Parts: sequence; C-alpha cells; structure tokens
Amino acid sequence: MITTPKIDRRSFVIGTAAVGAGLTLGLKIPFGAGVVRAQDGSPEINAWVVIRPDDTVVVRVARSEMGQGTLTGLAQMVAEELECDWSKVTTEYPTPGQSVARKRPWGNFSTGGSRGIRESNEYVRKGGATARVMLVQAAANGWGVPAAECSAANSVITHKSTGRTTTYGKVAEAAAKLTPPAEVALKDPKEWKIIGKSVKRLDTMTKVTGAQVYGFDLKMPGMLNAAIKDCPVFGGKVKSFEADKAKAMPGVKHVVQVGDSAVAVVAETWWEAKKALDALPIVWDEGPNAKVSSATIADMLKEGLDADQAFVRTQVGDAKGAFAGAAKKVEAVYAYPFLNHAPMEPMNATAKYTADKCEVWVPTQNGEAAFAATLAASGLPADKCEVYKIMVIGGGFGRRGAFHDYVTQAVQIAKQIPGTPVKLLWSREEDMAHGRYHPVMQAKMRGGLDASGNLVALHMRLSGQSILSSVFPQNLQDGRDNATFQGLDPSGDFTLGYTVPNLLIDHAMRNTHVPPGFWRGVNINQNAIFLECFMDELALAAGQDALEFRRKLMSKYPKHLAVLNAVADRGGWGKPAPQGVYRGLAHMMAFNSYVAACAEVSVTGGDKVKVRRIICATDPGYAVNPAQIERQIAGSFVYGLSAVFMQENTVKNGAIEQLNFNTFDSMKIAQMPKVESIIMPSGGFWGGVGEPTICVAAPAVLNAMARATGKRIRTFPLKNHGYQMV
Amino acid sequence: MARLTINGKSLELKVDPTTPLLWAIREQAGLTGTKYGCGIAVCGACTVHLDGKAVRSCVVPVSVAEGKQVTTIEGLASGGTLHKVQKAWVDNEVPQCGYCQSGMIMAVAALLKDKPRPTDADIDAGITNICRCGTFQQVREAIHAAAKA
Repeated sequence: MITTPKIDRRSFVIGTAAVGAGLTLGLKIPFGAGVVRAQDGSPEINAWVVIRPDDTVVVRVARSEMGQGTLTGLAQMVAEELECDWSKVTTEYPTPGQSVARKRPWGNFSTGGSRGIRESNEYVRKGGATARVMLVQAAANGWGVPAAECSAANSVITHKSTGRTTTYGKVAEAAAKLTPPAEVALKDPKEWKIIGKSVKRLDTMTKVTGAQVYGFDLKMPGMLNAAIKDCPVFGGKVKSFEADKAKAMPGVKHVVQVGDSAVAVVAETWWEAKKALDALPIVWDEGPNAKVSSATIADMLKEGLDADQAFVRTQVGDAKGAFAGAAKKVEAVYAYPFLNHAPMEPMNATAKYTADKCEVWVPTQNGEAAFAATLAASGLPADKCEVYKIMVIGGGFGRRGAFHDYVTQAVQIAKQIPGTPVKLLWSREEDMAHGRYHPVMQAKMRGGLDASGNLVALHMRLSGQSILSSVFPQNLQDGRDNATFQGLDPSGDFTLGYTVPNLLIDHAMRNTHVPPGFWRGVNINQNAIFLECFMDELALAAGQDALEFRRKLMSKYPKHLAVLNAVADRGGWGKPAPQGVYRGLAHMMAFNSYVAACAEVSVTGGDKVKVRRIICATDPGYAVNPAQIERQIAGSFVYGLSAVFMQENTVKNGAIEQLNFNTFDSMKIAQMPKVESIIMPSGGFWGGVGEPTICVAAPAVLNAMARATGKRIRTFPLKNHGYQMV
Repeated sequence: MARLTINGKSLELKVDPTTPLLWAIREQAGLTGTKYGCGIAVCGACTVHLDGKAVRSCVVPVSVAEGKQVTTIEGLASGGTLHKVQKAWVDNEVPQCGYCQSGMIMAVAALLKDKPRPTDADIDAGITNICRCGTFQQVREAIHAAAKA
C-alpha cells in the first residue's frame, strides 16, 4: 500500500512547454498561451486556480500549513476575488521542482516570519481576480455577448439581460485558452465577503480521525526506515563505529556513515533501527567545542555587555552622557537562554535516490530550501530532483524553514542504498540535541530619569548570538545583524513605540558553536522582555503608573498606543483587581502588527504562579480569518510562556543537556490561562499573525509577577528561581 | 510473534514482544494515526485505549497488550459516525497542526467514560498531554461540549 500524501497523487503535469518565462513575481501573474493541466486533466486557469468539470476549485498554495491556518487563509483570498462557491474549494501544493521548471510562478515558498498572508496577499488575490475575468469572458464568448454584461457569483456566471447562466466548471476549458488580462482591479476591502470571515478551516476532519498523513506516516513499497545519531557536540565528527554489532540485530539492513558527523542504522522498521542504533558503539572526535559549557558562554556574553565595540542600530542624542547626568539612574541585566523548537513531530524526511532521479518527501516550511538541500546532497541537477511537500506539518515554529539538515541526511543515506526509499526519523533525543536554537542573549539596560521622573536616557546593550551571521551572512549590513533588533527598530515592521530624547541601542555580537535559528517570534521574544520589563522598572523608580509612564513616551506612535489602551481598558487597568490578583502590561510592534497584552497573575505560597487571564490586542491591518487569529494568539502564548516558565537548553561539554520533554517541559491544559483576544484591524497595511503576539505574554506576566512578589526576575526560565506554573 | 486485538480485529503480528505497543500499531498493524512524540510517556501523543483505559503506548510492551482490546484513533468512530469527542473537535475547530490530537482525543474519550460531566479541575487533573501549538483553550471548550452531547 502506498500512503504518500495527497500532493503525490495529485501532482500535476505540464501540458505545454514552460510558461510565463521571465515574469517577475508580484508584478505580473504568469500565464501561458497553451492550456496547463492538472493530472486529472482539469484545466489550470492560471498558476493559482484549477477548475474541475464538477465546479471544484483547486487553489494552489505555495506556503506551508503547519497548524497556523495559512492554507485556509490564502484560499479565502483567492476565492474572494474569484467569486467562487467556498464550499467547493480545495487546496494543493505545487512542487518546488515544477516551480523551478516554470520560472517560479508561485514565488517564494518560504513559510516563516509571519509572512504567508502579509507578503502573498496581493498576488494570490490577483490570481483569483484574473481567473474570474477569464471565466466570465469565456462564458460571454460562448453566448456571443460582451463580458461587461455578465457577472459572476458563487461559481455561477449570469448574463443579466437574458438571465442565462453557466458554471465555472463548464467554461473552465474555454477560459484556460484565453489570453489573460494585463491588469485586473482588486476589490475594495469594504466589499470583501470571504476575507474577514471566520470560515471553517479546510483541514480539520482528517486530524480528528487519524487519517491525516504526516511525513513520518509515509509508507512506500520496499521502504526502509532509518534512525540516526549525529555527534552530540556540534562540529564534532565520527571517529569510528562497530557496524557489525548493529548489523547482527533483528531487521537491520544497513549501517552507514552519514556525512562526516553521523551514523545511521537502516532497518525494516524504525523501532528496529532505533534499538540497533542505541546498541551501536560509536567513537566521536568531539573537537575543541567539547570544552564549551553554558558557563563559558555566559561569561563571553557578559564581557560583551560592557565592551567598547558594538554594532549601533539606533542613536539619538547622547544616551551615555544623559545617563551619566541623570537625576536617577536605573540599571539592570537580563538574560535569555537557548531554546529548542521541539515541534511535536520530530524531524523527518523520506528520500529515494537513483542515478538519474532523487525524490524527497518532507514536512518543510520552505519547499525551495528543501529542494536546494536535495540538489546539493544528491549531486543531481534540478531537472532530476523533486521535493514533495507533505500537506500538513506536525509543527514547524521555524525549525523547518531555513534548515534542512534532515533532508541532507536522508539523501545521503538513500544515496548509499540506490533504488530503495528510506524514511529517516529523528528520535526526540536527536531532535533536542540537534536543534537550531533560539539565540542566547543578555542585555544591559540603563535608564536615566530627570528630577520629575521623565525618561531622558536609555541605553540598551545587547550581547549575544546573531542568527543571520550563522544562517544568512549575506544579509548582514556592514557586519551588523539588523534582525537582532526586532521590535527596537527606528522604523519599519518592528518599530520601537517610544520616543526617548537620548537613545542608544547596540549589539555586541557574541556567537557560539551552538547553531542559532529562527524560533517562533525570533528576537522579539527576548527584546520584548528586556524592554517592557525594564519600562516597568523605570516606572517604579519614577514612582509612576506603568501605563501612564509609557503613554507619555508614545504620542508619536498612535497604533502602538491604541492596542495598549485596548488591553488596559478591557483589563480594568487602574481599577482594583480581585484579592491576590496582580496585573501587568506589555506591547510591541512586530512583523508589521501592533500587539499588546494585559496579564492577570496570582502567586501563592511564594512560588506557585497562576496566570489567570491574558487580554491580547492585535492590529494586523486586515484580519482574514478572526477565529484562526484567536487560535494563533492563544497558541503563541502557550509557546512563549512554556519557554519563560520552564524551558532552556544548557550546554555541558559542548553538547545540549535537555534531551526530552521530561527536562524540557511544556505547558499542559491545567496551566492554560483564559485568553481574550481583541482583534482590531485598522486597515491600510498587512501585518503578521502567527508570531507577533508571542512576545507580549511573557513581559506582561513578568510585570504582574513583580507586582505580586515585589521581586523582579531577569533570567530565565522562571523554574530556576523556584517558580512553578500552576 | 504476538496476537493483538486492535479496533476489534485480531491480528497476528511478527514482532518482538518487548517492542512498544506504539511501534507495533504503527509499523506492524500499519495504523499511523497514533503518533510518536517522546518515547518516554511524557507527551501523550501515543495515547490509545487498553481495555478502555488510556495508556501511553510508547512504554507499553506488546506482551502487556496481548489478550486485551486495543483501541486506536482509527477505531474510535463507530461505523461512519464520529465519536462525540471527535465531533466536538470538529465543531470547535480544535486542531492546529493536529499531530498531538489523536492522543489528546483518546485521552479525553477515556476521561469522559470515567467522568461524563467533568469539571475544569477534572480536566486539569486528567488531561496532561503536551500540545506545542497550544490548542488548550479549544480543547477545554470541546471537552465540555462533548460532555453535553
């Protein structure tokens, strides 16, 4: 039995030679002169829309679904302009290989940075609108009437004066042969009927019956299963291993070295492979990194807090001078640890290699990056490689975007067993030991108040890892990693919402051998804690209310202020809280959305922390599916609060110490606060949804805790200070 | 060899009796709705029913399951009708990535057998599965909805 995911069965074929040559994504929608057909023969109206004779509309989505709902949201946007019957909409992924062959009609496959909808909304809406124009034109041609006399709604085209009707399915064939219009007008947002509605997700049913096929559920004829162990010390290598000991164990077919740092056992079943791998003696050459520990890393970062040299991102006035002359000085050092992504589905990839074809089936946030990894590992050219994205990913959170080490490994294994499909699955322990971790960072915050308690100087010195220098060094700007300053920028998608007359924000880059990655929210997680907790510290030192203290600095940032005011109002800020309940606030702008939170916390017995309720406001510009936005808000709080209360990855002898959920705990339902969402789209821009809100939960809770306990915690996780989330 | 009864079907499986039930279900019986998350009974993604009780199948050897009724997510619905927990999950749109939901649903179905109208405290004590997407708010709503169904 083959249970490959849907895309494999439905992968479409090209009916004509490559189309749309040379077109640039986002400027023009690529179309060709001939009809391109899906595998079942249904015509492609354009790259985004296939219509079947039974009126089913297949919307092609390039971004990946990992739970965030982008599949449904992007389909809503196409359907809005297409004027199709939403109940007949289904979705599928184009493959990266087809995209390359057709000169990237679907553009960027990357699904990260909360950009699925905010960056592709325009071209997918145009894709829908263009298809609608062509379908209406085809119907008009059939009736011999001007297209202007016809209209479309719910997949039905009507000729007004004669009352004649036809359906999209009936005219799709003719429409696909038409030359697409050069320009299409998009609807005014006021006319939207599907965008903005909480339509049901398209992918729920299979997730409650066990029928959804995830990457690690794949089955193929003759497939073998691989378990792998990479050198626990990053940068280390395999010295030797006793393959014979594993080969003698039941089910084992192959024991292979993978690259220069890993060993894999390939067996009939994964459990057999894992057992044999556990019994396999491997000698490592751990290299110089074996001397590194969390303590040595912390010392290196600490040195950076006062180093003379640092990359300056923002400089207004003379922060150091104003601080030195301030009536009152406040200084604090914060630190944020390494964090593994720990998605529920561990890393996996299935590869099949022959001399003239390499195919990979993989849950990935970036099909094109997986494709590039396949090309590099196989040594085959693009026209001999293909990557099939698994329809649904068992959690991504950034681990499966820029990094495809598991794809490289799967291909390296498959290459040693040509013709046999091999499914590589990492154990949880392997997944924990070989992450791309949230960067480790410290911050020294210095704030100066004048005699009236006004903030006159702020110096924020970051010291720690740069993600870009490790992952995309070409994106550094004169050596500076601007992503480090997310949420602290002078302008753009991550704008700081305060005006401070003397402001300095700089970064002493201190990189480690532990590889950093993009972890849901990326650098806003720690920056929001550093900034928003310190703002509360400053307000306290000034003897002012935390909200009023902020408001005075925010007059130039009305959208920041609007979300902050919204949570303060709903949360009853300034009014008495129930006995034993304390409130905390935080806000940020991230991924082009404005977000704020008001948390209610009680602390009992000195150490048991109950987060009772968090009110969250977000202004993402436009809200495509409010019900899914609410779920992203609540979910992001679980991810962020799990980290701040209970998670860290520490390093001993160069290797990660926490290898499973017993030492890297995650929130349970008992610890879930009541989350109330205020979705307040103000229009005119497109902001992200999946990540921005994550960063306000932690500082809001920490600020409430500081009020409850009188103590300010500045290093994480909170469990290291004896606090327990209840 | 082991003889297991899974979802009412008696199966003769070529498997070492020490193999965790999870892997026998997935790799010998071919039912992939039950997931691997941790292998140490912490996350609950592998939850199935053994004689109606929820167990974390990643640490239950096949030998322990012999002679007992094993129910997996694929066997929860009867005929073409979703179990009331599955239906509540659809109505409340609980799943995000969905990977942990098989285990979550099996744990909830077992809880509702013991406590047909669970309080929030019952839910807190009885449901300890990890969900990294953070679906707990919808999980709680759906449990109460299923209890009323």
